[in-house]
Amino acid sequence: MIQPAKPDLVTVNIDGKEIAVPKGTNVIDAARQVGVDVPHYCYHPKLSVVGNCRMCLVELGMPAVDPVSKAPIMDPATGRQKVNWIPRPQIGCATYASQGLHIRTQTAQIKDCREGVTEFLLINHPLDCPICDKAGECMLQEQSTGYGRGYSRFIENKNVKPKRTLLGPRVVLDDERCILCSRCIRFCKEVAKDDVLGFIDRGSYSTLTCYPGKALENNYSLNTVDICPVGALTSTDFRFKMRVWFLKQTNSIDTESSVGANTVVWSREGVIHRITPRRNDEVNDTWMADSGRLLYKAVGAENRLASKETLDALIASAADVLTDAEGAIAVVGSGRSSVEEQFLTRKLADAVKARVFLVARSGAGDGILISSDRNPNVRGALITGLIDKLPSERLDTLAGGIDSGEIKAVISVGEDLTSAGITPEQLGKISIVHFGTHANSTSDAAKVVVPTLTVFEKAGTFVNQQFRLQKFAKAVPAKPGMHDDLDALSRLTAAMGGASLPSDLHELWEVLTKELPALATTTYRTLPETGLLLDATPWSGLRFPEGETLHFKPAASEEGVKA
Amino acid sequence: MIFKHIDEVGYTPDIDCYLRHGGYEILKNAVTRKPEELIDQVKKSGLRGRGGAGFPCGVKWGLVDRKSGKPIYLIVNADESEPGTFKDRYIIHQDPHQLIEGTMISCFANNVKQAYIYIRGEFPIGARILEQAIAEARRHNFVGPNILGTGYGCEIYVHRGAGAYICGEETGLIESLEGKRAYPRIKPPYFPAVLGLYQCPTIVNNVETLCHVKHIVEIGGEAYSKIGTPNNTGTRILCVSGHVRKPGYYEYEVGKITLGQLLYDVCGGPLPGRTFKAIIPGGSSAKVLKVGERYKGKRKVGAEMVDYDWGIEDVPMDFDSLAMIGSMGGSGGVIVMDDSVNMVEALANINAFYSHESCGQCTPCREGSLWMKKITSRMVYEEARAEDGALLKSVADQIAGRTICAFGEACSWPTQSFIAKFGDEFKGYSETKKQPKVPDSLELI
Repeated sequence: MIQPAKPDLVTVNIDGKEIAVPKGTNVIDAARQVGVDVPHYCYHPKLSVVGNCRMCLVELGMPAVDPVSKAPIMDPATGRQKVNWIPRPQIGCATYASQGLHIRTQTAQIKDCREGVTEFLLINHPLDCPICDKAGECMLQEQSTGYGRGYSRFIENKNVKPKRTLLGPRVVLDDERCILCSRCIRFCKEVAKDDVLGFIDRGSYSTLTCYPGKALENNYSLNTVDICPVGALTSTDFRFKMRVWFLKQTNSIDTESSVGANTVVWSREGVIHRITPRRNDEVNDTWMADSGRLLYKAVGAENRLASKETLDALIASAADVLTDAEGAIAVVGSGRSSVEEQFLTRKLADAVKARVFLVARSGAGDGILISSDRNPNVRGALITGLIDKLPSERLDTLAGGIDSGEIKAVISVGEDLTSAGITPEQLGKISIVHFGTHANSTSDAAKVVVPTLTVFEKAGTFVNQQFRLQKFAKAVPAKPGMHDDLDALSRLTAAMGGASLPSDLHELWEVLTKELPALATTTYRTLPETGLLLDATPWSGLRFPEGETLHFKPAASEEGVKA
Repeated sequence: MIFKHIDEVGYTPDIDCYLRHGGYEILKNAVTRKPEELIDQVKKSGLRGRGGAGFPCGVKWGLVDRKSGKPIYLIVNADESEPGTFKDRYIIHQDPHQLIEGTMISCFANNVKQAYIYIRGEFPIGARILEQAIAEARRHNFVGPNILGTGYGCEIYVHRGAGAYICGEETGLIESLEGKRAYPRIKPPYFPAVLGLYQCPTIVNNVETLCHVKHIVEIGGEAYSKIGTPNNTGTRILCVSGHVRKPGYYEYEVGKITLGQLLYDVCGGPLPGRTFKAIIPGGSSAKVLKVGERYKGKRKVGAEMVDYDWGIEDVPMDFDSLAMIGSMGGSGGVIVMDDSVNMVEALANINAFYSHESCGQCTPCREGSLWMKKITSRMVYEEARAEDGALLKSVADQIAGRTICAFGEACSWPTQSFIAKFGDEFKGYSETKKQPKVPDSLELI
């Protein structure tokens, strides 16, 4: 949708405060801008409006005008224009701002409406907060405290419904907790494009369920757990594991593709318990794929690399290996490395006068939040100058160089060479210095292995498919025997006679800002949490592989050219 | 008017009989006239919808968005499910062609190319009769692609509901017709006149209303508006059920008959040895009237305001008078209860109906209607508490006016009015019956 450069602004009056909002903003969003909370359950800013919870009832009024002359009718008592209030309360979610609209959210009638709805929602709700995973981040819990009466008048028996329905491999449903807001149904239909959920039965006995023969198994199913305003939908992975108020939240970026969905990593005492999406209206709205939520399991994986030697010792051995092969060295960089690591990788390559390769990784894009480029940061490699054209998936040139004896040593930064087309025989012919997080055939064959960190254990930036620079922060500390990538790369560069570069992220950014024109306007510290769109014109001639995804239309992709 | 022929000996629902009685002559006449003129006649007639709300039919037609370029649909609401109402069923069973003629005239007037008759699932025979009648009408070229050689074409389809009260609500009906769950839509923005069936402008009219259109076009809007009383024009069918000697359907000019005349003179009064106790005048969702009540106030007669002081039997059976005394004309279903009725049981029955029929979309009605049912059922089963009456009223107050559709009012008005008018019965009931057993802490273990 093309937004007009300057949206039409209209002035609305919310509880006496006037505010100018774009025409068409609904009352809930407009009220939020003046700090007025309009409680709601079924309304979600990224889903269609159904108006079924009735929690957002507000009083509406329009300034009175004479029906004939259209002249404003003044109220002599206040000296202001009289307001004609609609006697019946109206839902805020389906009321859109128009010029002069008056809204009251704090009257006795509205208080009574909210108490009524809260009471109704609670009478058949099991009130099992002490064992509910949603407790602490439950909208029903919060708003019942804020807007409910605090006592119950209900002495009848509560409705009985199914307690643990497995809707799909990752989502469990407790129908008794469900308040029938239909957010999950709308999400599946409108965002995931996989219409599998619906209600059966009628009235208070309505029950959420999957269509016969179907399951909620699409790669976005866990978003329904996030948007569920109560604990009806829970994640099989997170269920009964941790109370949310114990968890520390760290902003991060989803690394599974070049979309770069914004995420929050929830951890406690160095252990990650879950990953959820973080709202960014220009990238991922409030969604992320299920696959990205499980990536944290890599942190504690059994095949994690660790070394008993100190980093100094490792760098010394690596320098020895590289010195032996001087003049016949190649560097295989990675589209999974952060911008800062790619910059240091380039400096290292310069120091050892090596040719640089990058491994492309692709898969089918799903058109939503997984793009076909499965590297989170290929554009970072372009910006840092690590590469100047798009990578290929197979390192055939490198293989040829190994066979002909031109290449005697390879520095692999986080890549498994065998999966990029290098045979075990070829690996045997060369000396490898491997930086990596998990054991693979390259690390097995390497002369020196420098164990490094996963995205959750370090900070840095990625450049996504929109050329949006986005930062991620360190969620959990590194375990012993693993070394910071920046530290390792800068030390090796120095050891090989290259430039002496800082390994501290912020100090390194001072260098980046100076040396890379694309990053001249920002630093890690000042980069907004929602990212910064970089100028992509220097690379406009390249044909990126991504197809269309949420908030992204390819400019000059292969698919775009074909179309 | 509508029932002119219905009870004649030998009057059958087939088209030959209808044609013998002058059938489809008005359609033949109508298609020679201008559609705007027909709409104008309906506007002049002052015809008010007979489905329940009493919304003026001409105004409804006037609201239809004719500039959108989208097709306009007409839906005949034959989902007659309001308890106490059974007039549409009778029209469909006895005189289906009258409905089809009225529908076709309305379609022509509004340039509708496709009409649907949404008939409730519990009327399988009615649906069959309508299918049969439409086929007959099609053979006679009263329905089809080229009606009576004028080049104007319109099809009618019969759609059977699956048995939900909420499908009588027009936006719920539209959702159901589209093949979805009958969840009423939020208004705004989904006014049927603009965004109705398949997001196209749509007219939804009751069966009886469309039959009246035929008669309006026949005698002219002006003449029709002289029938009945001002602002309550024409005739309407009153369905009297319950404790009277002669229950049944009676067609009278709107407002020309009082409730007393209807009950005593027409329906023969109460059953032997009984006296009337309560009357619900417009289907079960209308507020109950208590026999012996008096209603005072000012009302408009002509141009001036006149004091009135009515007993329940003096109330004229029209939309405005019933609204004035705090109830409604609704669907014309007059439910009569005599002194044998226990009002708590009567309310329990009504609440059971509404809690069963709540669609479950929006919170107050979904949870509130079942809660009220649970309370009244408990009271019936001798576990009433002294505070239940007040609680019931409070719950009903929390529903009315806060829901997506009018079901919120429909399910809360009975409770509100029963408690307001027969509160002593609920109170007395509470005191004479034993209190519910509250589990003590030991039992909880």
